[in-house]
Amino acid sequence: MLQQIEGSRAVALGVALCRPEVICAYPITPQTHIVEALGEMVKKGELENCEYINVESEFAALSVSIGASAAGARSYTATASQGLLYMAEAVYNAAGLGLPIVMTIGNRAIGAPINIWNDHSDSMALRDAGWIQLYAETNQEALDLHIQAFRLAEALSCPVMVCVDGFILTHAYERIEVPDAKAVDEFLPPFEPVQVLDCDDPVSIGAMVGPEAFMEVKYLQHHKQIRALELIPAIADEFSKKFGRQSGGLVKPYRIEDAETIVVALGSVNGTIKDVVDEMRREGHLIGSLAIASFRPFPLKEARSALEKAKRVVVIEKSLSVGLGGPLSDGVRKSLSGIAMKGHTVIAGLGGRAITGKSLKDLFLKAERNELELLNFLDLDWKIVNQQIDRERETRRSGPIAENILKSIGTVASRIA
Amino acid sequence: MSLQPVKFYQTGTFTVGNRLLDESMRAVQANMTRTNSLNSGHRACQGCGEALGARYAIDAAMRAAKNRLIAANATGCLEVFSTPYPETSWQIPWMHSVFANAASVATGIAAALKVKKKNDVRVIAQGGDGGTTDIGFACLSGMFERNDDVLYICYDNEAYMNTGVQRSSATPPGARTATTPAVGPHPGNPFGTGKNLPLIAMAHQIPYVATASIANLHDLEAKVEKAMGIRGARYIHIYVPCPLGWGSLPSDTMKVARLAVESGLFPLFEAEHGEITSRIPIRRKVPVEEYLKLQRRFAHLFGEDRTAIRMIQEIADRNIAKFGLEEK
Ligand SMILES: Cc1ncc(C[n+]2csc(CCOP(=O)(O)OP(=O)(O)O)c2C)c(N)n1
Ligand code: SF4
Ligand SMILES: [Mg+2]
Repeated sequence: MLQQIEGSRAVALGVALCRPEVICAYPITPQTHIVEALGEMVKKGELENCEYINVESEFAALSVSIGASAAGARSYTATASQGLLYMAEAVYNAAGLGLPIVMTIGNRAIGAPINIWNDHSDSMALRDAGWIQLYAETNQEALDLHIQAFRLAEALSCPVMVCVDGFILTHAYERIEVPDAKAVDEFLPPFEPVQVLDCDDPVSIGAMVGPEAFMEVKYLQHHKQIRALELIPAIADEFSKKFGRQSGGLVKPYRIEDAETIVVALGSVNGTIKDVVDEMRREGHLIGSLAIASFRPFPLKEARSALEKAKRVVVIEKSLSVGLGGPLSDGVRKSLSGIAMKGHTVIAGLGGRAITGKSLKDLFLKAERNELELLNFLDLDWKIVNQQIDRERETRRSGPIAENILKSIGTVASRIA
Repeated sequence: MSLQPVKFYQTGTFTVGNRLLDESMRAVQANMTRTNSLNSGHRACQGCGEALGARYAIDAAMRAAKNRLIAANATGCLEVFSTPYPETSWQIPWMHSVFANAASVATGIAAALKVKKKNDVRVIAQGGDGGTTDIGFACLSGMFERNDDVLYICYDNEAYMNTGVQRSSATPPGARTATTPAVGPHPGNPFGTGKNLPLIAMAHQIPYVATASIANLHDLEAKVEKAMGIRGARYIHIYVPCPLGWGSLPSDTMKVARLAVESGLFPLFEAEHGEITSRIPIRRKVPVEEYLKLQRRFAHLFGEDRTAIRMIQEIADRNIAKFGLEEK
């Protein structure tokens, strides 16, 4: 059924269609509307057979999910930003125990300075925790990916994060096709755990493992992700046959056939990138884009075959690996091992800074003119940065950086270039 | 009886397994009619109060739950000594996640059982004093406050033992630990610090709170059984001496535990919905010295200046007055 709804509500409807049995809720912007909507559905009786638990922290949210999943219940929670870091220990634990929990990340920056707006610093901080990470480009995809995520998680016994750009998607109203409950039931069979706490067949889960077997256990975690490289496209294909639209998969190439410049990115910014690609194509530029839909596992082979014929790759990153560059670029460069090609990392949109079509177009034109650096910061205000650097050089007690910068800007309103 | 060659050690380990003996030669503990939920072969130190406390508590819970029990365990000695991969001492479905979240994991298990309509299966969470009073406290308080259907058992050996005897908020004043060394003008753990978790649990108005000690195993079992007869959040705080951390003789574990009770340092009581409903009076009150002198962690208090011992005696006397432990 077509509905004009908020992204968070779309995600909540998608999750509800998966018939979760335990949902843990803890508020953090911009994820909160999702668990609020689910709570209402449970309370109204629209979502039956579901325990909705108001926990006292994100650490508890995931820990309760861990217990519930180990006891055989389909378990779901959602978080963002500080909340994801607060539960970090449990994030690794859920993956290590192989529990097929699905968690939505309403992607948001990490402080300090505290900032509620969108970037990918949160999910990137936990990219190596052993969870599968899928990035939604649209709200339709955000909904669809949750249905695929439960299927994938339970097939592999591996937790899945569905990353949905905070505000840009979670708070945007769009026209959404909400799947039919019966079709979802057919697509997603009831959860059949591979290990479960059962009085009739007692097992010990989570025992201590020493050097004699730890590497093997870790390898097997990696092996699940290798299997996911086959399963993700297979599930996406099956989904498209059943529901009549393509959602998810490993990578999503756009107009790359003869492209000399290919732009790579995660999540919703791909929409803007595609608009700019279309505009530049109309003007005769040989440009295309590649959305990475699955960041973990990273589709090295698929990225390579999409990118190998290009002259240059521009990676747009909503996350900064401080002191190095960007985590997405690491994967892209690895996929292009042995191929001589220009590669540019562009850090963009941190803390909700708008990534505009105009800025992107200027950037891509610069790339074509071979004027881009290895590492670039989109729309960075160099004047302000340099002022602060000078200030710090002059006095040791130069004060808090963020406050100094806001003072020199003279405004607290966010600026769009 | 003819002599039979006995293999005391499990393959590849150095663990003595009493149950490996012929049935007629086994000790009482290896009696096959006991559940032995925490079975022999684990790696606890000799005289470990925690191993004893856990075995009695979980066996009692199993009896009460008609063997339908699942346990979530915090990181700590109990977890480490009971599950040296690939072996496990647990005869019940058991799970360890991380240090701080046993209460939450148990909440999750209970929630799963509820949706699955397995109302006969009961849930226990357990951890050491560090995992309960310090790092796991937020999760525990949340579990209490929501009145989740979980019995949480804290095995209190008054320090972080698994990491080598560091101070926790359950470490008593004056005690020497690796992080409160017996040096300087105020050796050991400072006076005026620490928290009383049973009282904090009571402040949550949960249906049942009790303290118990391995010194009184019948009382311990009765309390566990009583707790299992109640639904909702329940808490039992069990006093379990640790010979290694306390510097007491393994053969003195029961004695030390008994003296803690009889001196008034560890009051035994029950509370329901925030009100104390019963206490075990002290039959023969002993001075705290009797208790302290068996443990090297207090050895530095026995110098010329006995102020610290007097202060500990005051704590014991206050407990006796506050909880009404004097036999009338
Ligand atoms: C987050 C975290 N911090 C620290 C540790 C290290 N650690 C493991 S067990 C333990 C001590 C446990 O003490 P307690 O809970 O009192 O149990 P005991 O070993 O004394 O029975 C500590 C500090 C850990 N595993 N995880
Ligand atoms: S260190 Fe203490 S608590 Fe740990 S196993 Fe040894 S005696 Fe038991
Ligand atoms: Mg301890």
